[in-house]
Amino acid sequence: MAETVVKTENVVKEYRMGTNVVRALDGINIEIARGEYISLMGPSGSGKSTLFNMIGALDGPTGGSVYIDGQDMSQLSRSQIAWFRCHRVGYIFQSYNLLPVMSALENVTLPMIFAGLSNRDRNKKGEELLNLVGLGDRTHHRPDELSGGQRQRVAIARAFANDPTIILADEPTANLDTITGREIIDLIRDLNRGKGVTVISATHDLKMLDVSDRIVDIRDGLVERIRNRDEIDIEVGEVGGH
Amino acid sequence: MERPTQIEQQIELPFGESLRISFQSLKIRFGRSIITTAGITLGIAFLVSVWTNNEIDLAMQESGRTEQITSLEEEQEQGISTKDIWLIIMSLIVCVVGIANSMLMAVTERFQEIGTMKCLGALDRFVVRLFLLESGFQGLSGALIGALIGTIGSILLGLKNHGLDLFFYFPLLPANPEEAPMRLGIIVLILLGCILGMVLSVIGAAFPAWRAAQLPPAEAMRTEV
Ligand SMILES: Nc1ncnc2c1ncn2[C@@H]1O[C@H](COP(=O)(O)OP(=O)(O)OP(=O)(O)O)[C@@H](O)[C@H]1O
Ligand SMILES: [Mg+2]
Repeated sequence: MAETVVKTENVVKEYRMGTNVVRALDGINIEIARGEYISLMGPSGSGKSTLFNMIGALDGPTGGSVYIDGQDMSQLSRSQIAWFRCHRVGYIFQSYNLLPVMSALENVTLPMIFAGLSNRDRNKKGEELLNLVGLGDRTHHRPDELSGGQRQRVAIARAFANDPTIILADEPTANLDTITGREIIDLIRDLNRGKGVTVISATHDLKMLDVSDRIVDIRDGLVERIRNRDEIDIEVGEVGGH
Repeated sequence: MERPTQIEQQIELPFGESLRISFQSLKIRFGRSIITTAGITLGIAFLVSVWTNNEIDLAMQESGRTEQITSLEEEQEQGISTKDIWLIIMSLIVCVVGIANSMLMAVTERFQEIGTMKCLGALDRFVVRLFLLESGFQGLSGALIGALIGTIGSILLGLKNHGLDLFFYFPLLPANPEEAPMRLGIIVLILLGCILGMVLSVIGAAFPAWRAAQLPPAEAMRTEV
């Protein structure tokens, strides 16, 4: 068994809305190995985004623990969490979340500024990454001058800015048409293979199934089942047959 | 292959980077920046026009050139009427609320941006510093323009009421502090207006920005305007 990168232990997340308590995660236990491509699937409201936030240290769990590289995330200081987000994780969102005032290149190099890279190094690396995602000729365009698919490519390049160990993607193809979505999935898959980075992606997108190593089905804040690649292939066949 | 698993402390960002990013944000968002700045300008223009108008009237009154139109008894001693005090207080409130509101709006629509920057590794204080710089610049320029507009308005009104005599007795500098400690003169009033506008904008922006930076990024990014 390969080395474990992400491990969650009984992760519970409750949201309090006045007197109401919503239990978005109800004790999640998963282990993810280095280099894996994991898809989190499940109906709307099942807790995928919430789990995404817990693993990426974008919010703290109400109970249980998240371990990344064996490190208990709740033990870190605010400054260490900032460092962790900067160096260890690349985030990809459904709505791209690019900074609107910055060009593609500036968006990609912003995490490198936070990491302390020199102006020269980060421009060089930023251009390499934009080339890698096929946007070498769009470096000085701002997000509002790019298509949805191109914006998501910028976001992917940005996610790889500081050579993270984990890529977290929350429905990266939800706002894209089928063909563009396919291209984005393939791009993430290629980077996953090429760079050996672990990918964890929440999705409704069935196209995501056949590139995943494992699929974690989430329902009502619980892991319903975990399917391996060989089990997946059959079901993709079924889906295709409809 | 050994790879470090140690989690380090996040580094501090050079001031020059903050300055560059905040100016770029003002420049690219020029239209939006102007609207926010106009909110500041309006508040300060109103405040400074009330102040300077008052100042001019007092100066002219003292010069004996104008017969008082309203000769309430209380006015004779102090030289400043309760109506004027009321107007000054009101203008101050309008100014504070107007500026706080326009900064709050401008920051709230950028909560997602704040959350995103934190995802990329920004420390809370980096976010706050960015907004301090932006709002400080907007506050200063907005208030300066507002103070000038307010003063010009008062001068025009003064010309209408007092004619060219206005310029002989124009209260540019503070009056003798022993005789009239409240008579600060136009220059000081303009300066006060600028400082007030800048301080209000900075507080109005930095406070919500600080609140947003404190939030977990997931919360900040969820916020819809
Ligand atoms: N900040 C919040 N405050 C209150 N409730 C929340 C919050 N975030 C999520 N929830 C609730 O937690 C549950 C899980 O939400 P979550 O966003 O994780 O679902 P999801 O699986 O990502 O759904 P979707 O596929 O629609 O994105 C939902 O019932 C949702 O209403
Ligand atoms: Mg979701």
